[in-house]
Amino acid sequence: MDGVRYTGVPSAEELRNCPGIPSEGRKKKGRVACVECVQEIPCNPCEGICPFHAITVGEQITALPRLHEEVCTGCGLCVANCPGLAITIVDKSLSETEGSVDFPFEYLPLPQRGDVVEAVNREGQVVCRGTVLSVKKPASYSGTAVVSLRVPLEYVDEVRSMKRLPRTGLKQEG
Amino acid sequence: MKIKQTDIAVVGAGSAGLSAAYQAAAAGARVLVLDENRLPGGQLFKQIHKFFGSRAHQAGTRGYMIGRQLLERVERSGAEVWLDTLVYGMEKNCHLGVIHNGEHWVVQAKKVIVATGAKENYLAFPGSTLPGVMGAGAAQTMINVNRVLPGQRILMLGSGNVGLIVSYQLMQAGADVVALVDAAPNIGGYGVHAGKIRRAGVPFYISHTIKRVTGRDQVEQVEIVQVDGKFQPIPGTEKTFDVDTVCLAVGLNPMTELIWMAGCEFCFIPAFGGHVPLHDGNMETSVPGLYVAGDVTGVEEASSAMEEGNLAGVAAAESLGLLSPAEAGAKKAEIRGRLDILRSGLFGEKRRTAKQSQLESMADYRQKKGGAE
Repeated sequence: MDGVRYTGVPSAEELRNCPGIPSEGRKKKGRVACVECVQEIPCNPCEGICPFHAITVGEQITALPRLHEEVCTGCGLCVANCPGLAITIVDKSLSETEGSVDFPFEYLPLPQRGDVVEAVNREGQVVCRGTVLSVKKPASYSGTAVVSLRVPLEYVDEVRSMKRLPRTGLKQEG
Repeated sequence: MKIKQTDIAVVGAGSAGLSAAYQAAAAGARVLVLDENRLPGGQLFKQIHKFFGSRAHQAGTRGYMIGRQLLERVERSGAEVWLDTLVYGMEKNCHLGVIHNGEHWVVQAKKVIVATGAKENYLAFPGSTLPGVMGAGAAQTMINVNRVLPGQRILMLGSGNVGLIVSYQLMQAGADVVALVDAAPNIGGYGVHAGKIRRAGVPFYISHTIKRVTGRDQVEQVEIVQVDGKFQPIPGTEKTFDVDTVCLAVGLNPMTELIWMAGCEFCFIPAFGGHVPLHDGNMETSVPGLYVAGDVTGVEEASSAMEEGNLAGVAAAESLGLLSPAEAGAKKAEIRGRLDILRSGLFGEKRRTAKQSQLESMADYRQKKGGAE
């Protein structure tokens, strides 16, 4: 059986029916949030954090978040603020062959800008390599880093994280 | 033996107890909070992940930050907190037997709020007594409170939110989770928590359970087996993993010992983890003046525990005449509204139904008792 309830990975059908997924046309125009929230759980920080009201949940906070792709600027505040780490920023406009995916990342060590890392899909399988465009971790993200990865265009809809880096050389926290 | 008198005694300084203490002290009650741990906060300070819920519940804020804010509010409210303090018994009149700083105290309070939380369930299987088999909550305490990694290669049994969240946190702490196993035919917890650990490459084995754990002096291997629709092992489906730790996240049960002593009426609700005290909409039990809040009333989660604590604190203060019925009524309506939201949706519905039946059992009990008098 497939679907998030059996595998932890949203099925193709669940993603098709999910009101948080942007259209192909919108992704080709540039950065946009991709809210892969397919289960009705009581949660609404994404709605509150968006300065453009591009994500709405409504009074019934178990409702699935709805993306209003035309007003989403791809700023990425929601990526760090979703407690479920279910939001990415996708962009299919970088070039004819490349796009980018920004995803939340809460493992140390963090990658550095310019690093080439192994990009993984929703199942944790390595699907391609990606180049780190940026790593953001301001105080307002409360500890969650957001990594932006440039990947081949055909993998923008697949890549949702990166393989954890070895912990060698990690500084001991004081 | 020393005697301590106060308006309201709160047993347990976790999510529910601290919330209750804050509400009662803010209303002007003299409040004494008792906790056996050296640090307050209960399980809140172990929760390094961002909480779900509504923005009204500080969703998106990490659990330990919510704990810090709550603790600050309690300190400002003037409530007294005794830590490293054991409440070993409760008399029928709700006087508490307490050991504090090596001395025996009797705490006499006009109202008592018990917020003792829950403890982890255990599961027996061949090898389950080997060092390295532990509760997921224990592993979480080790990594997030004591900063000790219980092992390098871990198998997690149980796919409820505890199993999912602790798996994630073990990986954040530097361990590998080699598999997540659950006898149920589906994942128990939130899909988004499961998604995080799938992206980290952890395989899930639903409809599987642990057959045995082997090792000379400690856990070295774990064998899992697929189960059929009746949870019976299917021969030939065994798989073996090299691990040094097996974590059990197989549910929690309410810590009700004290309130049994006081003579509370109970009902049995499997969805809440077993026997739970009857209580009314004010969180008052069948023993007048004895209130309960949080997981001891039925295992839920931290946000609901805080709201039940708020409710008990307001109601206890009201019963002492510190809040007018109108003031208390408005506060309680707001809190109950937030509780309704927390008990909604795909996962909350079961808890809402369970809580409803618990409240109805209490109403039935009072009616019968009233009829007998």
